[in-house]
Amino acid sequence: MAVLLQAFGVSFQRAGQAVFEPLDLSLKAGQAIVVLGPNGCGKTTLLRLLAGILSPFPGRVERHAATAFLGHLPGVKGELTCRENLHFLRRFHGMDGLEPDRALARVGLAGLGLRPARALSAGQKRRLGLAGLLVARRKVWLLDEPYASLDDAGGQLVDELLTEHLGQDGSVALSTHQRQPQIGPSVEKLHMAAPGPGEPS
Amino acid sequence: MWRAMGALLMRDLRLAIRHGGESLMPLIFLFAVIILVPLGVGPGPTLLSAIAPGMLWVAALLASLLALEHLFRPDLEDGTLEQWWLGHLPVIGLVFVRLLSHWLITGLPVILFAPLAAQMLYLPNEALGVLMISLLIGTPILSLIGGLAAALTLGTNRGSVLLSILVFPLVVPVLIFATGAVSVAADELSARAHLTLLGALLVLAVTLVPLAVAAALKLNIE
Repeated sequence: MAVLLQAFGVSFQRAGQAVFEPLDLSLKAGQAIVVLGPNGCGKTTLLRLLAGILSPFPGRVERHAATAFLGHLPGVKGELTCRENLHFLRRFHGMDGLEPDRALARVGLAGLGLRPARALSAGQKRRLGLAGLLVARRKVWLLDEPYASLDDAGGQLVDELLTEHLGQDGSVALSTHQRQPQIGPSVEKLHMAAPGPGEPS
Repeated sequence: MWRAMGALLMRDLRLAIRHGGESLMPLIFLFAVIILVPLGVGPGPTLLSAIAPGMLWVAALLASLLALEHLFRPDLEDGTLEQWWLGHLPVIGLVFVRLLSHWLITGLPVILFAPLAAQMLYLPNEALGVLMISLLIGTPILSLIGGLAAALTLGTNRGSVLLSILVFPLVVPVLIFATGAVSVAADELSARAHLTLLGALLVLAVTLVPLAVAAALKLNIE
Protein backbone atom coordinates (compact mmCIF):
# COMPACT_ATOMS: atom_id res chain seq x y z
CA MET A 1 0.00 0.00 0.00
CA ALA A 2 1.18 3.48 -0.82
CA VAL A 3 2.56 5.49 2.08
CA LEU A 4 0.93 8.90 1.99
CA LEU A 5 2.58 10.54 4.95
CA GLN A 6 5.55 9.62 7.07
CA ALA A 7 7.02 11.17 10.19
CA PHE A 8 10.50 10.34 11.44
CA GLY A 9 11.26 11.04 15.09
CA VAL A 10 9.18 14.21 15.18
CA SER A 11 8.72 16.37 18.22
CA PHE A 12 8.24 20.05 18.85
CA GLN A 13 9.93 22.40 21.27
CA ARG A 14 7.97 24.98 23.19
CA ALA A 15 10.03 27.35 25.35
CA GLY A 16 12.95 24.92 25.08
CA GLN A 17 10.92 21.92 26.26
CA ALA A 18 9.81 19.07 24.07
CA VAL A 19 6.02 18.92 23.94
CA PHE A 20 6.12 15.11 23.59
CA GLU A 21 8.66 12.35 23.13
CA PRO A 22 9.91 12.05 19.51
CA LEU A 23 7.72 9.59 17.64
CA ASP A 24 7.60 7.81 14.29
CA LEU A 25 4.43 7.43 12.33
CA SER A 26 3.34 6.45 8.86
CA LEU A 27 -0.04 6.73 7.19
CA LYS A 28 -0.89 4.38 4.36
CA ALA A 29 -3.73 4.55 1.90
CA GLY A 30 -6.91 3.29 3.53
CA GLN A 31 -5.48 3.54 7.03
CA ALA A 32 -6.72 5.55 9.99
CA ILE A 33 -4.81 6.57 13.08
CA VAL A 34 -6.62 7.74 16.18
CA VAL A 35 -4.52 9.87 18.50
CA LEU A 36 -5.57 9.47 22.12
CA GLY A 37 -4.36 11.08 25.30
CA PRO A 38 -5.22 13.54 28.06
CA ASN A 39 -5.48 17.31 27.56
CA GLY A 40 -2.16 18.97 26.96
CA CYS A 41 -0.29 15.88 25.80
CA GLY A 42 0.32 17.37 22.35
CA LYS A 43 -2.39 15.82 20.16
CA THR A 44 -3.10 19.09 18.37
CA THR A 45 0.60 19.88 18.07
CA LEU A 46 1.24 16.48 16.50
CA LEU A 47 -1.52 16.96 13.92
CA ARG A 48 -0.30 20.47 13.10
CA LEU A 49 3.22 19.09 12.66
CA LEU A 50 1.93 16.43 10.28
CA ALA A 51 -0.01 19.07 8.35
CA GLY A 52 3.08 21.22 7.91
CA ILE A 53 1.67 24.19 9.83
CA LEU A 54 4.41 23.70 12.40
CA SER A 55 7.95 22.68 11.55
CA PRO A 56 9.15 19.71 13.60
CA PHE A 57 12.24 19.97 15.74
CA PRO A 58 13.82 17.47 15.88
CA GLY A 59 12.65 15.11 13.13
CA ARG A 60 11.07 15.49 9.74
CA VAL A 61 7.76 14.86 8.02
CA GLU A 62 7.40 13.64 4.45
CA ARG A 63 4.10 14.27 2.70
CA HIS A 64 3.48 12.31 -0.48
CA ALA A 65 -0.10 13.46 -1.07
CA ALA A 66 -2.28 16.53 -0.72
CA THR A 67 -3.21 17.12 2.89
CA ALA A 68 -6.24 18.66 4.54
CA PHE A 69 -6.28 19.92 8.12
CA LEU A 70 -9.38 20.70 10.14
CA GLY A 71 -8.62 22.19 13.53
CA HIS A 72 -10.42 23.92 16.39
CA LEU A 73 -10.79 27.04 14.28
CA PRO A 74 -13.41 26.81 11.56
CA GLY A 75 -11.13 28.08 8.80
CA VAL A 76 -13.95 29.91 7.07
CA LYS A 77 -14.80 33.59 6.72
CA GLY A 78 -17.82 34.61 8.78
CA GLU A 79 -18.71 37.45 6.43
CA LEU A 80 -19.02 35.14 3.44
CA THR A 81 -21.91 32.79 2.84
CA CYS A 82 -21.45 29.03 3.21
CA ARG A 83 -21.50 28.61 -0.55
CA GLU A 84 -18.92 31.36 -1.11
CA ASN A 85 -16.64 29.82 1.50
CA LEU A 86 -16.83 26.41 -0.12
CA HIS A 87 -16.44 27.86 -3.57
CA PHE A 88 -13.24 29.55 -2.40
CA LEU A 89 -11.88 26.37 -0.78
CA ARG A 90 -12.62 24.41 -3.93
CA ARG A 91 -10.69 26.83 -6.13
CA PHE A 92 -7.93 27.26 -3.56
CA HIS A 93 -7.17 23.57 -3.10
CA GLY A 94 -7.96 22.30 -6.60
CA MET A 95 -11.21 21.87 -8.42
CA ASP A 96 -11.65 18.09 -8.21
CA GLY A 97 -14.09 17.76 -5.31
CA LEU A 98 -17.85 17.98 -4.89
CA GLU A 99 -19.80 21.04 -5.97
CA PRO A 100 -20.37 23.38 -2.98
CA ASP A 101 -24.13 22.74 -2.94
CA ARG A 102 -23.70 18.98 -3.05
CA ALA A 103 -21.10 19.12 -0.28
CA LEU A 104 -23.51 21.16 1.85
CA ALA A 105 -26.27 18.63 1.27
CA ARG A 106 -23.89 15.80 2.15
CA VAL A 107 -23.17 17.28 5.60
CA GLY A 108 -26.79 18.12 6.32
CA LEU A 109 -26.67 21.83 5.59
CA ALA A 110 -28.80 21.74 2.43
CA GLY A 111 -30.55 25.04 1.85
CA LEU A 112 -28.14 27.07 3.98
CA GLY A 113 -25.87 27.98 1.07
CA LEU A 114 -26.77 31.65 1.22
CA ARG A 115 -26.41 32.02 4.97
CA PRO A 116 -23.33 33.90 6.21
CA ALA A 117 -21.03 31.45 7.98
CA ARG A 118 -21.03 33.57 11.17
CA ALA A 119 -24.77 32.97 11.54
CA LEU A 120 -24.28 29.23 11.90
CA SER A 121 -24.34 27.43 15.24
CA ALA A 122 -21.16 25.81 16.55
CA GLY A 123 -22.25 22.39 15.33
CA GLN A 124 -23.26 23.75 11.94
CA LYS A 125 -19.87 25.46 11.62
CA ARG A 126 -18.24 22.07 12.25
CA ARG A 127 -20.38 20.59 9.51
CA LEU A 128 -19.34 23.41 7.18
CA GLY A 129 -15.72 22.54 7.97
CA LEU A 130 -16.44 18.92 7.01
CA ALA A 131 -18.01 20.13 3.77
CA GLY A 132 -14.73 21.96 3.16
CA LEU A 133 -12.99 18.57 3.18
CA LEU A 134 -15.30 17.34 0.45
CA VAL A 135 -15.04 20.21 -2.05
CA ALA A 136 -11.40 19.49 -2.88
CA ARG A 137 -10.08 15.94 -2.97
CA ARG A 138 -7.12 15.53 -0.67
CA LYS A 139 -5.86 12.08 0.23
CA VAL A 140 -4.73 12.77 3.78
CA TRP A 141 -7.18 14.15 6.31
CA LEU A 142 -5.82 15.44 9.61
CA LEU A 143 -8.74 16.13 11.91
CA ASP A 144 -8.36 17.68 15.34
CA GLU A 145 -11.34 16.70 17.52
CA PRO A 146 -13.75 16.22 14.60
CA TYR A 147 -16.53 15.15 16.97
CA ALA A 148 -16.43 18.29 19.10
CA SER A 149 -19.74 20.19 19.32
CA LEU A 150 -21.51 17.73 17.03
CA ASP A 151 -24.73 15.92 18.01
CA ASP A 152 -25.13 12.13 17.68
CA ALA A 153 -26.23 12.40 14.07
CA GLY A 154 -23.22 14.62 13.42
CA GLY A 155 -20.92 12.04 14.97
CA GLN A 156 -22.41 9.38 12.73
CA LEU A 157 -21.94 11.68 9.77
CA VAL A 158 -18.23 12.01 10.59
CA ASP A 159 -17.94 8.21 10.79
CA GLU A 160 -19.68 7.85 7.42
CA LEU A 161 -17.46 10.41 5.76
CA LEU A 162 -14.36 8.78 7.22
CA THR A 163 -15.42 5.31 6.06
CA GLU A 164 -16.11 6.65 2.59
CA HIS A 165 -12.76 8.46 2.50
CA LEU A 166 -10.84 5.38 3.63
CA GLY A 167 -12.70 3.33 1.02
CA GLN A 168 -11.36 5.69 -1.66
CA ASP A 169 -7.77 4.98 -0.60
CA GLY A 170 -7.60 8.07 1.53
CA SER A 171 -6.12 8.09 5.00
CA VAL A 172 -7.00 9.84 8.23
CA ALA A 173 -5.29 10.85 11.43
CA LEU A 174 -7.65 12.22 14.02
CA SER A 175 -7.60 13.10 17.66
CA THR A 176 -10.53 12.57 19.96
CA HIS A 177 -11.35 12.14 23.58
CA GLN A 178 -15.09 11.74 23.48
CA ARG A 179 -16.58 9.48 20.89
CA GLN A 180 -14.52 6.63 19.48
CA PRO A 181 -14.71 6.51 15.71
CA GLN A 182 -16.62 3.51 14.39
CA ILE A 183 -14.97 3.09 11.03
CA GLY A 184 -14.08 -0.56 10.71
CA PRO A 185 -10.96 -2.55 11.48
CA SER A 186 -8.32 -0.42 9.80
CA VAL A 187 -7.87 1.82 12.85
CA GLU A 188 -4.58 2.10 14.63
CA LYS A 189 -4.48 3.70 18.06
CA LEU A 190 -1.70 6.01 19.16
CA HIS A 191 -1.62 6.71 22.88
CA MET A 192 0.23 9.83 23.87
CA ALA A 193 1.48 10.17 27.42
CA ALA A 194 0.70 13.09 29.67
CA PRO A 195 3.57 15.56 29.78
CA GLY A 196 6.08 14.94 32.56
CA PRO A 197 6.55 17.43 35.39
CA GLY A 198 9.59 18.90 33.63
CA GLU A 199 13.23 18.23 34.33
CA PRO A 200 14.53 19.86 37.49
CA SER A 201 17.26 22.27 36.53
CA MET B 1 -1.18 27.63 -8.43
CA TRP B 2 -2.38 30.71 -10.34
CA ARG B 3 -5.96 29.62 -9.77
CA ALA B 4 -5.41 29.40 -6.03
CA MET B 5 -3.78 32.83 -5.94
CA GLY B 6 -6.61 34.23 -8.05
CA ALA B 7 -9.14 32.67 -5.70
CA LEU B 8 -7.47 34.30 -2.69
CA LEU B 9 -7.37 37.69 -4.40
CA MET B 10 -11.04 37.49 -5.38
CA ARG B 11 -12.02 36.48 -1.86
CA ASP B 12 -10.02 39.30 -0.28
CA LEU B 13 -11.59 41.86 -2.59
CA ARG B 14 -15.05 40.42 -1.99
CA LEU B 15 -14.48 40.73 1.77
CA ALA B 16 -13.31 44.31 1.30
CA ILE B 17 -16.45 45.16 -0.67
CA ARG B 18 -18.59 43.46 1.96
CA HIS B 19 -16.94 45.58 4.65
CA GLY B 20 -17.92 48.59 2.54
CA GLY B 21 -17.41 51.54 4.85
CA GLU B 22 -14.15 50.23 6.22
CA SER B 23 -12.71 49.98 2.74
CA LEU B 24 -13.66 53.58 1.99
CA MET B 25 -11.68 54.80 5.02
CA PRO B 26 -8.42 55.52 3.13
CA LEU B 27 -10.25 57.85 0.74
CA ILE B 28 -12.22 59.53 3.49
CA PHE B 29 -8.97 59.98 5.34
CA LEU B 30 -7.23 61.49 2.31
CA PHE B 31 -9.95 64.04 1.80
CA ALA B 32 -10.26 64.81 5.50
CA VAL B 33 -6.59 65.81 5.48
CA ILE B 34 -6.86 67.74 2.21
CA ILE B 35 -9.90 69.67 3.44
CA LEU B 36 -8.91 70.22 7.06
CA VAL B 37 -5.31 71.35 6.62
CA PRO B 38 -6.18 74.44 4.53
CA LEU B 39 -8.65 75.37 7.26
CA GLY B 40 -5.81 75.13 9.75
CA VAL B 41 -2.99 76.85 7.88
CA GLY B 42 -5.04 79.24 5.75
CA PRO B 43 -6.23 78.84 2.16
CA GLY B 44 -3.50 80.91 0.43
CA PRO B 45 -2.37 79.28 -2.85
CA THR B 46 1.37 79.97 -2.29
CA LEU B 47 1.52 78.22 1.06
CA LEU B 48 -0.72 75.34 -0.02
CA SER B 49 1.11 74.64 -3.26
CA ALA B 50 4.38 74.57 -1.31
CA ILE B 51 3.15 72.00 1.20
CA ALA B 52 0.96 70.04 -1.24
CA PRO B 53 3.47 67.26 -2.12
CA GLY B 54 4.21 66.57 1.52
CA MET B 55 0.57 66.63 2.56
CA LEU B 56 -0.59 64.33 -0.22
CA TRP B 57 2.13 61.88 0.62
CA VAL B 58 1.59 61.95 4.36
CA ALA B 59 -2.12 61.39 3.74
CA ALA B 60 -1.32 58.41 1.48
CA LEU B 61 1.02 57.02 4.11
CA LEU B 62 -1.47 57.30 6.97
CA ALA B 63 -4.24 55.90 4.78
CA SER B 64 -2.18 52.79 4.11
CA LEU B 65 -1.56 52.38 7.85
CA LEU B 66 -5.29 52.30 8.60
CA ALA B 67 -5.99 48.84 7.25
CA LEU B 68 -2.75 47.20 8.40
CA GLU B 69 -4.10 45.97 11.71
CA HIS B 70 -6.58 43.85 9.77
CA LEU B 71 -4.14 42.57 7.17
CA PHE B 72 -3.45 39.18 8.79
CA ARG B 73 -5.18 39.23 12.19
CA PRO B 74 -8.69 38.14 11.14
CA ASP B 75 -7.12 35.26 9.20
CA LEU B 76 -5.11 34.23 12.24
CA GLU B 77 -8.21 34.29 14.42
CA ASP B 78 -10.56 32.34 12.16
CA GLY B 79 -7.95 29.73 11.18
CA THR B 80 -7.77 30.58 7.49
CA LEU B 81 -4.14 31.67 7.88
CA GLU B 82 -2.87 28.25 8.99
CA GLN B 83 -4.44 26.77 5.85
CA TRP B 84 -1.79 28.66 3.86
CA TRP B 85 0.81 26.10 4.90
CA LEU B 86 -1.16 23.13 3.64
CA GLY B 87 -0.69 21.67 0.27
CA HIS B 88 1.32 22.70 -2.69
CA LEU B 89 1.23 26.48 -2.61
CA PRO B 90 4.27 28.60 -1.81
CA VAL B 91 3.35 30.84 1.11
CA ILE B 92 5.37 33.66 -0.45
CA GLY B 93 2.94 33.72 -3.37
CA LEU B 94 -0.02 33.98 -1.03
CA VAL B 95 1.71 36.74 0.95
CA PHE B 96 2.22 38.56 -2.32
CA VAL B 97 -1.46 38.24 -3.17
CA ARG B 98 -2.49 39.54 0.24
CA LEU B 99 -0.18 42.56 -0.07
CA LEU B 100 -1.49 43.20 -3.58
CA SER B 101 -5.05 43.26 -2.31
CA HIS B 102 -4.00 45.65 0.46
CA TRP B 103 -2.55 47.96 -2.17
CA LEU B 104 -5.65 47.68 -4.37
CA ILE B 105 -7.80 48.68 -1.39
CA THR B 106 -5.65 51.43 0.17
CA GLY B 107 -3.18 52.56 -2.47
CA LEU B 108 -5.11 52.53 -5.71
CA PRO B 109 -8.07 54.69 -4.57
CA VAL B 110 -5.62 57.31 -3.29
CA ILE B 111 -3.82 57.32 -6.64
CA LEU B 112 -7.09 57.61 -8.56
CA PHE B 113 -8.24 60.58 -6.52
CA ALA B 114 -4.81 62.24 -6.26
CA PRO B 115 -5.35 64.56 -9.28
CA LEU B 116 -8.49 65.95 -7.64
CA ALA B 117 -6.73 66.36 -4.30
CA ALA B 118 -3.77 68.00 -6.05
CA GLN B 119 -6.10 70.54 -7.66
CA MET B 120 -7.62 71.37 -4.29
CA LEU B 121 -4.12 72.17 -2.98
CA TYR B 122 -3.03 74.27 -5.98
CA LEU B 123 -0.26 71.84 -6.91
CA PRO B 124 1.34 73.19 -10.12
CA ASN B 125 0.14 71.23 -13.14
CA GLU B 126 3.72 70.45 -14.21
CA ALA B 127 4.15 68.42 -11.02
CA LEU B 128 0.98 66.36 -11.41
CA GLY B 129 2.56 63.75 -13.68
CA VAL B 130 5.46 63.23 -11.31
CA LEU B 131 3.08 63.07 -8.34
CA MET B 132 1.17 60.28 -10.05
CA ILE B 133 4.36 58.39 -10.91
CA SER B 134 5.72 58.80 -7.38
CA LEU B 135 2.44 57.46 -5.96
CA LEU B 136 2.43 54.55 -8.39
CA ILE B 137 5.94 53.54 -7.36
CA GLY B 138 5.70 54.56 -3.73
CA THR B 139 2.35 53.26 -2.45
CA PRO B 140 3.23 49.62 -3.20
CA ILE B 141 6.34 50.14 -1.03
CA LEU B 142 4.08 51.42 1.75
CA SER B 143 1.90 48.30 1.48
CA LEU B 144 4.95 46.03 1.52
CA ILE B 145 6.64 47.66 4.52
CA GLY B 146 3.34 47.89 6.33
CA GLY B 147 2.70 44.22 5.63
CA LEU B 148 6.04 43.31 7.15
CA ALA B 149 5.24 45.29 10.29
CA ALA B 150 1.77 43.75 10.47
CA ALA B 151 3.21 40.25 10.22
CA LEU B 152 5.84 40.94 12.87
CA THR B 153 3.34 42.37 15.36
CA LEU B 154 0.74 39.67 14.76
CA GLY B 155 1.61 37.83 17.95
CA THR B 156 1.25 40.88 20.19
CA ASN B 157 -2.11 41.87 21.55
CA ARG B 158 -3.27 45.16 20.17
CA GLY B 159 -0.10 45.57 18.16
CA SER B 160 -1.11 48.86 16.51
CA VAL B 161 1.23 51.08 18.55
CA LEU B 162 4.19 48.82 17.92
CA LEU B 163 3.13 48.56 14.30
CA SER B 164 3.22 52.32 13.76
CA ILE B 165 6.58 52.59 15.52
CA LEU B 166 7.97 49.91 13.22
CA VAL B 167 6.55 51.43 10.05
CA PHE B 168 7.48 55.10 10.47
CA PRO B 169 11.29 54.87 10.35
CA LEU B 170 11.15 52.42 7.44
CA VAL B 171 9.00 54.67 5.26
CA VAL B 172 11.06 57.83 5.82
CA PRO B 173 13.19 57.24 2.69
CA VAL B 174 10.04 56.72 0.62
CA LEU B 175 8.58 59.94 1.91
CA ILE B 176 11.80 61.90 1.30
CA PHE B 177 12.33 60.73 -2.27
CA ALA B 178 8.68 60.92 -3.25
CA THR B 179 7.99 64.40 -1.92
CA GLY B 180 11.40 65.48 -3.20
CA ALA B 181 10.45 64.30 -6.68
CA VAL B 182 7.18 66.24 -6.64
CA SER B 183 8.84 69.37 -5.26
CA VAL B 184 11.59 69.50 -7.88
CA ALA B 185 9.00 68.82 -10.58
CA ALA B 186 7.00 71.77 -9.27
CA ASP B 187 10.15 73.87 -9.74
CA GLU B 188 10.32 72.55 -13.31
CA LEU B 189 13.47 70.52 -12.72
CA SER B 190 14.03 66.86 -13.58
CA ALA B 191 12.74 64.43 -10.97
CA ARG B 192 14.44 61.47 -12.57
CA ALA B 193 17.02 60.92 -9.81
CA HIS B 194 14.37 60.85 -7.08
CA LEU B 195 12.08 58.56 -9.03
CA THR B 196 14.91 56.18 -9.88
CA LEU B 197 15.85 55.86 -6.22
CA LEU B 198 12.20 55.29 -5.39
CA GLY B 199 12.10 52.59 -8.04
CA ALA B 200 15.16 50.96 -6.51
CA LEU B 201 13.41 50.91 -3.13
CA LEU B 202 10.38 49.26 -4.74
CA VAL B 203 12.52 46.55 -6.34
CA LEU B 204 14.25 45.92 -3.03
CA ALA B 205 10.97 45.75 -1.14
CA VAL B 206 9.22 43.49 -3.68
CA THR B 207 12.14 41.08 -3.61
CA LEU B 208 12.74 40.84 0.11
CA VAL B 209 9.53 41.68 1.94
CA PRO B 210 7.38 38.68 0.91
CA LEU B 211 10.16 36.35 2.13
CA ALA B 212 10.34 38.16 5.46
CA VAL B 213 6.56 38.29 5.83
CA ALA B 214 6.26 34.55 5.19
CA ALA B 215 8.89 33.87 7.86
CA ALA B 216 7.25 36.23 10.35
CA LEU B 217 3.82 34.66 9.81
CA LYS B 218 5.25 31.20 10.33
CA LEU B 219 6.76 32.32 13.64
CA ASN B 220 3.44 33.71 14.78
CA ILE B 221 1.53 30.59 13.77
CA GLU B 222 3.89 28.55 15.94
